[in-house]
Amino acid sequence: MSAQRSDDFGPQDAGQLGRLRADGVTIGYDARVISSGLSVQIPDNEFTVIIGPNACGKSTLLRALARMLAPSAGSILLDGQTISSYPSKEVARRLGLLPQSSVAPDGITVADLVARGRYPHQRLLRQWSRNDEEIVAGALAATNVADLADRSVDELSGGQRQRVWLAMALAQQTPILLLDEPTTYLDIAHQIEMLDLCADLHAEQNRTLVAVLHDLNHACRYATHLIAMRAGQVLAEGKPADIVTAELVGDVFGLACRIIDDPETGTPLIIPLAKGALRTPDLHHPDAPPAVPTEQGA
Amino acid sequence: MAVGVFAAVLLACFYGDFPIPAGDVVQSLLGQGTSSTDFVVIQLRLPRALCAVAVGAALGASGAAFQALTRNPLGSPDIIGFTSGAATGALLQILVVGGTALAVSAGALVGGLASALIVYLLAMGRGAVGYRLVLVGIGLNALLWAVNSYLLITADLDDALSAQVWIVGSLNGRSWDQLWPVVGVCVLCLPLLMIAARPLGLLEMGDDAAKALGVHADRTRIVIVILAVALAAAAVATAGPIAFVALAAPQLAKRLTGSVAVGVLPAALMGAFVLVTSDFVAQRLFAPVQLPVGIATGCIGGLYLIWLLLSEWKKGRG
Repeated sequence: MSAQRSDDFGPQDAGQLGRLRADGVTIGYDARVISSGLSVQIPDNEFTVIIGPNACGKSTLLRALARMLAPSAGSILLDGQTISSYPSKEVARRLGLLPQSSVAPDGITVADLVARGRYPHQRLLRQWSRNDEEIVAGALAATNVADLADRSVDELSGGQRQRVWLAMALAQQTPILLLDEPTTYLDIAHQIEMLDLCADLHAEQNRTLVAVLHDLNHACRYATHLIAMRAGQVLAEGKPADIVTAELVGDVFGLACRIIDDPETGTPLIIPLAKGALRTPDLHHPDAPPAVPTEQGA
Repeated sequence: MAVGVFAAVLLACFYGDFPIPAGDVVQSLLGQGTSSTDFVVIQLRLPRALCAVAVGAALGASGAAFQALTRNPLGSPDIIGFTSGAATGALLQILVVGGTALAVSAGALVGGLASALIVYLLAMGRGAVGYRLVLVGIGLNALLWAVNSYLLITADLDDALSAQVWIVGSLNGRSWDQLWPVVGVCVLCLPLLMIAARPLGLLEMGDDAAKALGVHADRTRIVIVILAVALAAAAVATAGPIAFVALAAPQLAKRLTGSVAVGVLPAALMGAFVLVTSDFVAQRLFAPVQLPVGIATGCIGGLYLIWLLLSEWKKGRG
């Protein structure tokens, strides 16, 4: 098991450590412990992607980092302090979350929904300002939903709706943004659109992004920092090109595969090995094991 | 809507069984009337109308808060057992203890809070929201009405009669003395509820989304439940469990203002308007018979409830 750690943390606010980290946390639901004694650093200004098999605790970790779930031991630290010691709105000004599923109230318009992202910045006596207006407009533009602003969220397609939720999280204007499986339920084109959007947010606005993703190839392509989990523990972390090997994929997912360079981006591309019977005889790869005997009559 | 409420109150002051010229009413209202018109206008009509305003506002606001909390237009205090709980508390006071008006109010308040607590505890699991709360509440509601009926049947006939009139919900003969407690509760709880209910729209998006925006989900819910129950109980203590105002007013206000969320203030104004006009209609339509306002709201509300259930069912949620 390789446990490499990337030293490339980018600019630091809180000494050597990232702004957000889990320090020896034990997390789970009710009596069921999912991770125990888990410590994770979220490097600043990186696009971190957490991967791992189903039920490995990756979403649980993200929920704990977003203070949706209180650890039963250890602590989640935000800017050096336990996250639960901050007022809830203060956390919401530093750290945003795109949950896996949210319900849009009946008939709400896109603009109204996105405007709700300003809630942590509002006070009882200082409600809605020109500044809020501009930030909401910016969030709508950044996610390409500005022309949908007056439409009702109910009538949007899945891909549009997910962009609207992202716009709401953007309007929150947090330096750290956590995304819980942001591409689930989207078709491939909308998955890529969503991830491109996240990559832009990271590259252009220098936000710290943390996403849980299912698709390993998407993770390798978009992550600047990858965290691989299995059974509630971190097996490896670092740049995808540095850590993703056939051995790691075998350790994490129990999947036999080959790794090639993504012809588009040069990042690792995982090719699962085919069962012999499925292989097309003509497409022999030089380093592939021999195919089933091919003596069919011709 | 505020204008509508004001107009309805004036209307209720100007018309009654005992015809008084409009000019005399104005003089009375301005404090320059004769003693007889003063008595009718200031001691009879005005407190009754203001009582309807306060009770209606309390019911409307309470309904708005619960409907937003349960994310369900059926989740209003008269459907999910809080008003019947308050009625049980008040009945126990009237029939068993036989206390004063203030004691009856206290009984209603305790009964309302107790039933709210029972519903909340029974419905609690992973966040007491939505259908569970409504369904448990409907069950408790039925149970409490059984208790109420039992109390009435076993009671002394005179007590039972006055209790029965009270149970239908009536504003007959409400005076200044009965007005102040409910006004006090409204003045205290309405602004607090408006503040507490601000994050309610965010809770509608799910606990995770709301928490991510910095809302204390559980704390918000508990504060709102306490305030809304206090308002509903104060209304019940004053005028009896008037049917359907809490159910219908928030939805009417929502449609009228064309807003997405059920606002507490519009619902309170709408509740006040509905109750003042209902009381006026109930009084005038069958004059000189004084129909309890609960019968009027019950008739209108029953039709509304059927329509609501049908439209919810069409949406696949009922």
